[in-house]
Amino acid sequence: MGAYIVRRLLLMVVTLIGMSILIFVMLRLVPGNITDIIFDSAGFVNPAAKKKIERELGLDQPIVTQYIRWISDLARGDLGYAYVSEKPAIDEILPRIPVTAKLAVLALVFSVLFGVPLGVISAVRQNTALDYVLRVISLSGLSLPSFWLGLLILMAFVHWFGWIPIYKSSTGNIWEDIALLSIPAAAVGFRSSALVMRLTRSSMLEVLRQDYIRTARAKGATDPAVNYNHALRNAVLPVVTIIGIEAAFLIGGLIVTETVFNIPGVARFLVEAIRWRDYPIVQNLVMFIAVVVVVTNFIVDMLYVALDPRIKYEA
Amino acid sequence: MALIDHDAELSRAGANVSSRLGSVVFFARRYPLGAVGALIMIMFVATAIFADALTTYDPFSTNARTSLAPPGSAHVLGADFMGRDVWSRIVYGSRISLAVGLGATTLGCLIGMVIGLMSGFFGGWFDLLVQRLMDIMQSLPLLVMALVMAASLGPSLGNTIIAIAIPLVPNVARIIRSNTLSLREMPFVEAARAVGMSEPRIALQHVLPNTLAPLIVLATAQFGSAILVESALAFLGLGVPEPHPSWGRMLSESAAEYVRTAPYLVIFPGLAISAVVFGTNLLGDAIRDILDPRQRV
Repeated sequence: MGAYIVRRLLLMVVTLIGMSILIFVMLRLVPGNITDIIFDSAGFVNPAAKKKIERELGLDQPIVTQYIRWISDLARGDLGYAYVSEKPAIDEILPRIPVTAKLAVLALVFSVLFGVPLGVISAVRQNTALDYVLRVISLSGLSLPSFWLGLLILMAFVHWFGWIPIYKSSTGNIWEDIALLSIPAAAVGFRSSALVMRLTRSSMLEVLRQDYIRTARAKGATDPAVNYNHALRNAVLPVVTIIGIEAAFLIGGLIVTETVFNIPGVARFLVEAIRWRDYPIVQNLVMFIAVVVVVTNFIVDMLYVALDPRIKYEA
Repeated sequence: MALIDHDAELSRAGANVSSRLGSVVFFARRYPLGAVGALIMIMFVATAIFADALTTYDPFSTNARTSLAPPGSAHVLGADFMGRDVWSRIVYGSRISLAVGLGATTLGCLIGMVIGLMSGFFGGWFDLLVQRLMDIMQSLPLLVMALVMAASLGPSLGNTIIAIAIPLVPNVARIIRSNTLSLREMPFVEAARAVGMSEPRIALQHVLPNTLAPLIVLATAQFGSAILVESALAFLGLGVPEPHPSWGRMLSESAAEYVRTAPYLVIFPGLAISAVVFGTNLLGDAIRDILDPRQRV
């Protein structure tokens, strides 16, 4: 087990180093950098001024030098300066993280709160009208673009209350923040809850087919006892892994939802930085997302071993 | 893994498969949701093909006088800020969604299939390298990967297809690889080897056809997510450029302010995206049930 954890940690490092090279190269695949964007929008090009800015930003260096400089700075905790705002990148990124984190946690809570119970009900009542309705709902949840759902929610608020719930900054009162953020969180979470529901349902059905369930029924256990004491316990295990899949799934939803609701979080900031080719912000944020995804998956795998004594990883 | 004899399966289930129509009716009865999905997909493809016949307005022509005209007899679904007919733009937008969906899925599946097959069949350092690369690609969410690629490639229809296809590769490669690994040990592969068949020929003639069923199941799911990602890219302003009428961009043009003043501009393009993806998902579930009975739930 110890050897397995070490191996996994080493693989994580390899993956993240690979990611850093991939993102660095991808951002520089196509000729053109922020100086081109600035000078394009200015309408005229003074080559000397352009060269000067490129030199200041280190864009005139060979790509390998640029990469090594980025990574060694990153290792020292220096994220460089944002091109657009000219502030340290860390000061741009850090203050935006708490909002996105709150939103992500709320969305996750929403998806588990609705997804797991509805998935269980759907499995227990397999092939009944209720099951069909729930399946169609969860499938439609996976089919709605989350930005459209966000727009529909905004529309409903305008229609009924004549007012749009916009979160601009923390109000200082945590409950008020949560109340305001729970609306966009529902827009993100609806899609994720559909995924959770589908996976819970299939995992529950899998368990319900097992021999020990038949044994429990044969010895005369009541339906609720079988479903909730015997089956559910084993069915929620795979659901834990879903949270690993969710991490990646949620981030995609956060990006568009923060844009729709104008929430000043990191996810929306990433899109803005990508539009502006603000390399220091984009590459550091992408690395941050990769770390979140990789670490979540690692924790989920470890949690899985802790929860299910049948699973032993070998190094 | 044996190939499934569909006619035999159908007749065992009591279907009248003597005619093609008979098997269609049987499919519709057995998989009502799948039939609805198939119907939606047929309508979607037909809309894209016959776009000219379905519209009276040019989707590109602007008209200041009809700016933000509400739905009515002249413009069934209203007109946008530039006075362009929303119905025409949605109908023509289906071409973009279909092109991106088909293009990205085909490209992603093809690359994934080649990589997965080689990786599973040859093993060794190549497999190790490919697996690490897939790990790296999968440590980013689909949308983030597509966003960065779309931004670095620049806006065009072709680039949007590539930007969505590449992030789809790891999933396909993984599934094809694990299938190849188990197929490689099958007796029929051993038999082929025993009669002196060359390795590449075994891979292409014996292993590849047997990976097609899971590939089709995966491809239908990918088609839906490709369309969703395209709409998100377009919504964020990094998708197919003007003047192509993309459903996602119609929503971003009309997003914030029109939520109040012209809700029809927000409702219809979103409905189009949702309906098509919903159809894909319904059809995909039915196809999975048919091709992969072990996963049937």
